[in-house]
Amino acid sequence: MDTESTYSGYSYYSGRSRGSHRHGERSRDRDRHKSRNKDSRSEKSVTINSPPAEPLLGDSSVRGGEQVQDDNWGETTTAVTGTSEHSLSQEDIVRITKDLEDSVGLDCRRYFTLTLAVVMGLLVFLTPVAFLVLPHLLWPEKLQSCGTACEGLFISVAFKLLILLLAVWALFFRSPRAGLPRVFVFRALLAVLVLLFVMSYWLFYGVRILDTQDDNYQGIVQYAVSLVDALLFIHYLAIVLLELRQLQPCFSVCVMRSTDGEKRHYNLGQLSIQRAALAILEHYYCDFPVHNPALLSASKSRAAKHLAGLKVYNVDGEFPAALADGPGNNAAAGMAHSQSRAMIAAAARRRDTSHNELYYEDAEHERRVRKRKARLVVAVEEAFTHIKRMQEEEQKKTPVDVMDPREAAQAIFPSMARALQKYLRTTKQQHCHSMESIQQHLAFCITNNMTPKAFLESYLSAGPTLQYSRSHWLARQWTLISDASVTSGLSDGCVFQLKCVDFSLVVTTKKIPYIQMSEEYIDPKSHKFVLRLQSETSV
Amino acid sequence: MSNFIPGQPLVAVVQRIEIKKLRQGDNLILGFSIGGGIDQDPGQNPFSDDKADKGIYVTRITPGGPAETADLRMGDKIMQVNGYDMTMMTHDQARKRLTKKNEDVVRLLVTRKSLEEAVKNSMGGHQRQ
Repeated sequence: MDTESTYSGYSYYSGRSRGSHRHGERSRDRDRHKSRNKDSRSEKSVTINSPPAEPLLGDSSVRGGEQVQDDNWGETTTAVTGTSEHSLSQEDIVRITKDLEDSVGLDCRRYFTLTLAVVMGLLVFLTPVAFLVLPHLLWPEKLQSCGTACEGLFISVAFKLLILLLAVWALFFRSPRAGLPRVFVFRALLAVLVLLFVMSYWLFYGVRILDTQDDNYQGIVQYAVSLVDALLFIHYLAIVLLELRQLQPCFSVCVMRSTDGEKRHYNLGQLSIQRAALAILEHYYCDFPVHNPALLSASKSRAAKHLAGLKVYNVDGEFPAALADGPGNNAAAGMAHSQSRAMIAAAARRRDTSHNELYYEDAEHERRVRKRKARLVVAVEEAFTHIKRMQEEEQKKTPVDVMDPREAAQAIFPSMARALQKYLRTTKQQHCHSMESIQQHLAFCITNNMTPKAFLESYLSAGPTLQYSRSHWLARQWTLISDASVTSGLSDGCVFQLKCVDFSLVVTTKKIPYIQMSEEYIDPKSHKFVLRLQSETSV
Repeated sequence: MSNFIPGQPLVAVVQRIEIKKLRQGDNLILGFSIGGGIDQDPGQNPFSDDKADKGIYVTRITPGGPAETADLRMGDKIMQVNGYDMTMMTHDQARKRLTKKNEDVVRLLVTRKSLEEAVKNSMGGHQRQ
């Protein structure tokens, strides 16, 4: 799975995709939009605030070349405000983001870095070989013959190159997990270091060996061996910088989801903000329960009710009988201020019984859920008693109708389907599980000899996002919003946001304090005890 | 009380006290409370001189009960009950000895500091052996 994150500074690529986004194409899978559209069916235009532009174009990053001031960056950002000339529905937004993924621009960047890496790798590997072969090609008659020690060095060069090849393959040639907004600083530094190093070796070789046509072949071979040794040491440096440095936990990050307040804490080492964001997202998919927008509708309706009851009429101002149901409608700022204050005061004085409703509603809902759950458990247990695993010997003895797990699941599913559907509807999870997925899960449980309770566990509580089918990985495109530059390291008290279409994750960092530990020795023979009882009994 | 030397026979001046048990409903009560025992903490005993003494002591006397009429006093150490030695008893064993249902009368041997002093005074000029 490949998550991409975009940052609007680079969205001059998106200009191409925006222009080419296909209006008529409705062939995308609509199911995944259903859950979100259910809540927003009434609103057809969506406002997304673009992340602040200042830190992104103004700060110094390693990629100095990318600081080109795109003159029409305003027109080509992926942000859509409510006042644009065409208002887009939520489906269109998702379609645009899908197009961005397939767009040529971002792929180009990935392939560019890949080809650069491959070219550099080839250059680095062929350099020692070239060092060894060139004298034989250019001045073979002058060259001293290679003695025993020299030939031993050939073997050493060969094996060291092989080890280097395997090590580079292990460290660098892994499929990328994600596309990050900015370049990975350490990798860039290492690439520059390797290039400088190899260039300086070539320079020396060219001047001192090629020009003078040195005939001491053993010296040349030793030179090549020293190059390979140094490359191995650079690889060691790469391991330390890229892999080992962030292993020791240094910061404790608190990740909170903005819609329902789910909070988790993780320990991270010294990472840059973008790498920390990537690590957090990977933990997010495993740890956080899936985002269920249906559970939030109750609080939204309550909030709407709070505001709906009050209307402000201005009877003695410049705007006669101005009907406003919000403080923002008036032009005069002072008017708006006093209106909002009046609304707040009126709302505070109003005797609100919504807390009462909430309490009784919650109690009723709880009771309903428990009743449905009891019915569901009984139905599932009964359904599971209808099938039995057949042993090998029985198969030969009595020719009964045998079923494979899928058919067995289909056979017992109808008896529990109704109870399960009712339960899912009560807990507002029905859009997370399709009929097909439930039957698949049932077949899986039957195959693995699971009890009814094990089968039910995935429906009784909301699991992590990865548990559900692919259509629920709604957010594969995340935006990183941060004050500090995303290639700078984590620091104490830094806050950044990871935003996707439905919600955002707010991350705060705290440094793990320095722990001063001291020791105390307790002699094992010093553990002595006395009785402290003193009872008094009356006779 | 005499000094308690573990392993040596204990010498004490004792008083014989006979208490008739009083029937109260289903129980036979004596009308006092005991404390102490070899499984208890002797340091918390307010009545003993030697804070290592783990004997059974009388900690409370119910006013008007059979123990009071029999002249048992608070702070007495019970040495014997009906012939059974009480100086090396756990608290529960002592309680059981005193509350046997088939005994109507308990004959106690108790000792107290005032007894020793009374004996010393009465011996007067005679030297102690």
